[in-house]
Amino acid sequence: MEREHAVAFTLNGERVACRPAARTHLGDLLRAEFGLTGVHLGCEHGVCGACTILVDGRATRSCLMLAVQANGTVVETIEGLTERGAVADLQDAFHVRNALQCGYCTPGMLVTAAELLAEEAAPGREAIRAAIGGNYCRCTGYHAIVDAIAAVAEGRAAREGGGA
Amino acid sequence: MSGGLTFLDRPNSYIGRSVPRPNARRLLEGRGTFVDDVAVPRLAHVAFLRSPVAHARIAALHTAAASAMPGVLAVVDGPALARVCAPWVGVLGHFKGLRSAPQHALAVDRVTWVGEPFCAVVARSRPEAEDALAAIRADLEPLPAVVDMETALDPGTPPIHPELGDNLAFERRLEVGDVEGAFRDAALVVEETFGFGRHTGVCLEPRAILADWNAADGLLTVHHSFQAPHMMQDILAKHLALPEGAVRVICRDVGGSFGIKVHIYPDEMATCALALMLRRPVKFVADRLESFTSDIHARDHRVTARMAFSAEGDILALDMDDLTGIGPYSVYPRTSAVEANQVVNLTGGPYRHGAYRARARVVLQNKAPTCQYRAVGHPIATMVAEGLLDLGAARLGLDPAAIRLRNVIPDDAYPCAGVSGIRLEKLSHQAALAKLLAMMDYDALRAEQAALRREGVHRGIGLSVFIEITNPSAAFYGVGGARISAQDGCTIRLDPQGGVVAAISVTEQGQGTEAVIAQVVATATGVPLGMVRVVSGDTQATPYGGGTWASRGAGIGGEAAWQAGKALRANVTAVAAAILQARAETLDIREGAIVDAATGVERMSLAELGRIAYFRPDTLPAGVQPEFVVTRHYVPKDYPFAFTNGVQASSVEVDVETGFVRLLGHWCVEDCGTVLNPLLVDEQIRGGIVQGLGGALFEHCLYDSEGQLLNGSMADYLVPMAGEMPDIAVAHVVSATASSEIGAKGAGEAGTAGAPAAVVNAINDALRPLGARVSRQPVTPETILEALGAI
Repeated sequence: MEREHAVAFTLNGERVACRPAARTHLGDLLRAEFGLTGVHLGCEHGVCGACTILVDGRATRSCLMLAVQANGTVVETIEGLTERGAVADLQDAFHVRNALQCGYCTPGMLVTAAELLAEEAAPGREAIRAAIGGNYCRCTGYHAIVDAIAAVAEGRAAREGGGA
Repeated sequence: MSGGLTFLDRPNSYIGRSVPRPNARRLLEGRGTFVDDVAVPRLAHVAFLRSPVAHARIAALHTAAASAMPGVLAVVDGPALARVCAPWVGVLGHFKGLRSAPQHALAVDRVTWVGEPFCAVVARSRPEAEDALAAIRADLEPLPAVVDMETALDPGTPPIHPELGDNLAFERRLEVGDVEGAFRDAALVVEETFGFGRHTGVCLEPRAILADWNAADGLLTVHHSFQAPHMMQDILAKHLALPEGAVRVICRDVGGSFGIKVHIYPDEMATCALALMLRRPVKFVADRLESFTSDIHARDHRVTARMAFSAEGDILALDMDDLTGIGPYSVYPRTSAVEANQVVNLTGGPYRHGAYRARARVVLQNKAPTCQYRAVGHPIATMVAEGLLDLGAARLGLDPAAIRLRNVIPDDAYPCAGVSGIRLEKLSHQAALAKLLAMMDYDALRAEQAALRREGVHRGIGLSVFIEITNPSAAFYGVGGARISAQDGCTIRLDPQGGVVAAISVTEQGQGTEAVIAQVVATATGVPLGMVRVVSGDTQATPYGGGTWASRGAGIGGEAAWQAGKALRANVTAVAAAILQARAETLDIREGAIVDAATGVERMSLAELGRIAYFRPDTLPAGVQPEFVVTRHYVPKDYPFAFTNGVQASSVEVDVETGFVRLLGHWCVEDCGTVLNPLLVDEQIRGGIVQGLGGALFEHCLYDSEGQLLNGSMADYLVPMAGEMPDIAVAHVVSATASSEIGAKGAGEAGTAGAPAAVVNAINDALRPLGARVSRQPVTPETILEALGAI
């Protein structure tokens, strides 16, 4: 029988504990154990970016991290980010700009975009393209995604400027 | 149209507006339902043993150890599965002479490509199923592999299916006009051999299917990441020997399809058969390696072609020979001859030359099967004509834009026939070209190119004029005997609160089908868009129809929705007229209310009408029976296909030291008839362009001489990512089809149809002063350095 390990971490604001098998990757655990089906597995080789989540605030490929490595971390998925409104303006902009089609890349794309905008308030189109350069989208031409992220950056800058 | 209004004039028209997709919100919040998200009790998981070699006889399978592994429920080989699932042959009656061999869900005697499944393990979990796969010992006796399509027809090459005698699956020849005379009398003849590498769809959500056989209910429920649920229902019923009504196919969210998810796959048929055998739900989700080895591939053509010109630059004739390798079987039920057939139909189609000769040969080989992938045949046909046209223009000293404007079928010539015999209702090449040249500021780009050339910067501009097949009638598949619906239907129900539910048989894979159907329904019924709910992708819940492929969702599904909406509006208005003691023609429905048509003054809300009709029908005038559910169907009848057209341009910079190509800009003007939603169609075209650029520059399924796939991961198979892609400008010319009232044609293939030729022509434009040119896709840095003689 496979060895299992006790793991405890904070998941979308809740403290959770479970006993995944040693070989289970974090993406599989989040989907199977916690029903977080917004974590989309596209390649399971760390290439496509669909399964990107936040681990301790950093965009992370959940398919490249073993579940046991989550022990003691703070994990956030699209479900949690949505609930606390952390990506609400990005979601609105993606919607208005039609920056998604099938929606399979979208949770990972939003997490990556959120990390970019947290680090760089006013990225240009080239910088946005570079930042999402590890997130594969087969449906859009990326153009609308770049538009949406740029619009959010402008919107946040305007809000902060207006509030100062 | 009623009341003398067109849909654009209707007071609450949503058609032509950039409305965000009502159903996109769930995807933005990670709350979609893809197949792998569906939870059912007692679910079992299947993993497949796949051939590690291109061709071998299955001498023996030793499965006892696997059967004893933890969690294993069943180990099933080809002969056992064949007792439940009948084999198929991928041929169509209207492709005269097309041949293939019976194909089983799990290979029975032989494996014929790397990745073909030949044994299945069902277990309580996917990891346990995969563990057990590793415990199966397969004795495979190698057979000669047919790998290179160029030698597949050689007398010394063994036939993959001995009963066929050779490896020729299909051949088509076409000759129109005096081809020999045109070439003899031409002022200039140019010739080129074009290569089109194998690539594949790389849907981000891999193929997935969950089959649940409830013996007590006599119902096989299949959750499927698929484009054509009714086609799947029909085929499952036939091959599993079930009545049609015992099969329900549900396609909820589908994570990309592009033609990949419209074919019959052995592993998916096997999954359904296993559910029957085990009397419990079984799920299969392809992993990424399985996707690369078992999703259909596409392209893999070699075309040798020549074009004859007059001294003034008129195209006189086109002669081409296409060879394509399709793998060991023609794919069921659409067949693998369609791409070559479309290359013959489409090549040179935008132009007005009168002489054309084409030959297409479709050969079998021991590689993954190829079949219809986005823009089937279009990028090949477009590249051949556009590449030859640029060669001719350069030799004649003509500008590439000028030679196209000179040769396109003029906008006032329609309706007419293209040289291959295709019937063209209304195209707009001249208007599209003029719009494109203005949009990109062609003359300024040319001036900049010349100035930079003097500084040693090698930029190029490429143009690509194309036609696109959309809105297919029964001429596509039905006439050949395939049970693939050409017609689609929409059922709309008015609910008591005044909202409507529209069930539509075309399907959603993210392109926005449900959004445009909602827009059409809202416009036709007069119900606000926010009170329209669209249901799709369920054989038990929608009218019968074809699903979404070949750019048919908006044009065919949209017209069915329009007709259903109009009929419901008439029924509702008639009941309102009876209640209000008015004449029906003086009433209309706008923004959810019955209004006086002349003044717009509200007479009664739809909610009040619904209350009366559903809860107090006793108060209705005698003889009034509300019929608030209406179904209408539509199929194009005037033309076999609604051809569309467009033109693209690419601007590139080639680094002649490294061979790298930088994409500086891309422009597209296309004509899909009535634009239902500019926001959606523009990004769909951009996505198509990016797929076309991927095939032209990056994507390639690489096989070695033994037929072994060399790049089966996304790290090794390159796809276009945001960092390499340019901003893409899109604009439209509108030539509505008169075959339907809404006038919409398709747009899904346009981007992919034209992008490869535009970018390859741009690269060659950059290389021309250096005496180099490329003609083999993907055009990699290595290809360019070879062309430059640098390596």
